[in-house]
Amino acid sequence: MLESIVHVCLAGLSAGMFIWLVASGLTLIFGVLGVLNFAHGSFYMLGAYFCYTLLRFTGENFWLGLLLGPLCVCVVGFIVERFFLRYVYHLALPYQLLLTFAFVLLFDDLVKVVWGAGSIGSPMVPGLSGSVSIMGRNFPTYNLFIIAVGPLVALGMWALLEKTWWGRIIRAASSDREMASAIGVRVPALFTAVFIFGTWLGAMGGGLAVPYVGLLTPGMGETVIINAFVVAVIGGLGSLKGAFLGALIIGLLSSFGTRYIPAFDMFLTFILMAAVLLWRPQGFFGEAT
Amino acid sequence: MQNRFWTFLLIALVLAGLVSIGLFSGRFVVYLSMRVMILAIFAMGYNILLGRTGLLSFGHAAFYAGGAYGLGLFSIHVSTDPLLGILMGVLLACALALIVGFFCVRHTEIYFAMLTLAFGMMVFSLIWNMRELTGGDDGLVGIMREPISLGFISISLLKTSHYYFFVLFWFVVSVWIIHLIRSSPFGLVLSGLRENDRRVEFSGLSVKNYRLASFVISGTFAGLAGALGALLENNTDPFSAHWSHSAEPILVSLIGGIQTFTGPIVGSVIFIVLREIIERFTQNWMLWFGIILLVIIMGLRGGVVGGITQLFKGGRHTSPSGGKP
Repeated sequence: MLESIVHVCLAGLSAGMFIWLVASGLTLIFGVLGVLNFAHGSFYMLGAYFCYTLLRFTGENFWLGLLLGPLCVCVVGFIVERFFLRYVYHLALPYQLLLTFAFVLLFDDLVKVVWGAGSIGSPMVPGLSGSVSIMGRNFPTYNLFIIAVGPLVALGMWALLEKTWWGRIIRAASSDREMASAIGVRVPALFTAVFIFGTWLGAMGGGLAVPYVGLLTPGMGETVIINAFVVAVIGGLGSLKGAFLGALIIGLLSSFGTRYIPAFDMFLTFILMAAVLLWRPQGFFGEAT
Repeated sequence: MQNRFWTFLLIALVLAGLVSIGLFSGRFVVYLSMRVMILAIFAMGYNILLGRTGLLSFGHAAFYAGGAYGLGLFSIHVSTDPLLGILMGVLLACALALIVGFFCVRHTEIYFAMLTLAFGMMVFSLIWNMRELTGGDDGLVGIMREPISLGFISISLLKTSHYYFFVLFWFVVSVWIIHLIRSSPFGLVLSGLRENDRRVEFSGLSVKNYRLASFVISGTFAGLAGALGALLENNTDPFSAHWSHSAEPILVSLIGGIQTFTGPIVGSVIFIVLREIIERFTQNWMLWFGIILLVIIMGLRGGVVGGITQLFKGGRHTSPSGGKP
């Protein structure tokens, strides 16, 4: 009984950390740019596909693929922000959301054109492909690795935003765009940079997901983006702390749900989201409006 | 007076065209026209919420599915009467919209969009998981189009061309009702909510209740569209509740022009016809719709109808195309 609970917890933690990797970029972009990016799931998907392809080209070197793949996606992110998103910041919300949604349609089909509509099996990572025995049961080493990566990313982002000069500029621009530009911050350039960084985080999530999910499918970004939305909303839109906490809760909830009430595991997530929003409309750490 | 005359002439021409499609066209054109009308009902209802009230919902597919499953379950388990079935579907969609709307209208903008998305996906996951009731990923199959019996006469709906007139009837009724809503004081209050909800509140009206009413009305029309769609295809599909289906009325309204009355109708025609044409040549119609959507958002925010109207008015008149005031 106890070891089964421990294992469900571990599975939940690794699932949660995956959602966090995607939600972190989404939350950062929303917090600074004020745009909720549907295409973030597409960046996750593109990250996975690019990493997979580079992995094939570089002779099965996972780490090199993970380094280069997300950088390729960053170029895509740059194009999206610089040539499209920049021109809709001043427009009403539907236009912003639908612009990013247009990219979801576009990228989903582009992936089908380039990589084929079927799913692709992915290789394991050398060195992390085995499993370790925890309380008498096997647990994949790679998932333990992910459980470690998640908090590291969180720590890195916290340090970047709170402790560096760049972080101060980003926070200034996110709290008051006009004031920041009045004191000489080049806000448009900063927004592009933040968007690229967020894109990179999403693509990293995708790259890391390659060995975890095992299968690459053209629609893989959509399930992830919905989960990331849920996490970002219950955490409080724009709050990284909240997104991390939310990801942990959703990960654990879905893991326990799959184990004990498999018929309603998807349902639970949305019930939780509705409950949190009723209790605290602005999410855990969101600012009340 | 002149203007009114042209409007009536246009309506008469469109109606004559629709009737002659039902009488003289081949099965394929009739089938496509039905899909256009069903999508138009969905989109026009939806646009009461988006274009009029200024709220962006990503969960209306749930009400569409509510209509479809309401009709499907009723016709399989209780009675195959299509009119009663449609009533059941619409009632289920209306009830769903009331429940979901109750929670969602406390919020606006992005939180509203996300909440409706979550509730919509909640309905989707329920349909997906409750296999015994809803058939899970298979959906409900074998929904029959039985004849309508009105006391002493009964009208068969089995043939596609017969069912066409049934759909046409509901389409005309929906257009008429939505027109009435738009031109009523109630419709004006909704526009007021879009432009400045604070002022509406200060004039003593309940913002929440008006938003909820708008939400429920649009959800009800989505349910009607869903019920008609289920009868047309003879089955239901769980993906009709998926959030990507919620994007369809948004796309359609945007293509046609969200600030216009006829926008969603024109948008539906363009959407269905374009999709048919694109699918002739390539599997990747989503790619092309992505590009079309980009063009519309980047350059043609009034939509097709808005663009044409502006052209006729001489271009100087700025369009109320949703820019922030």
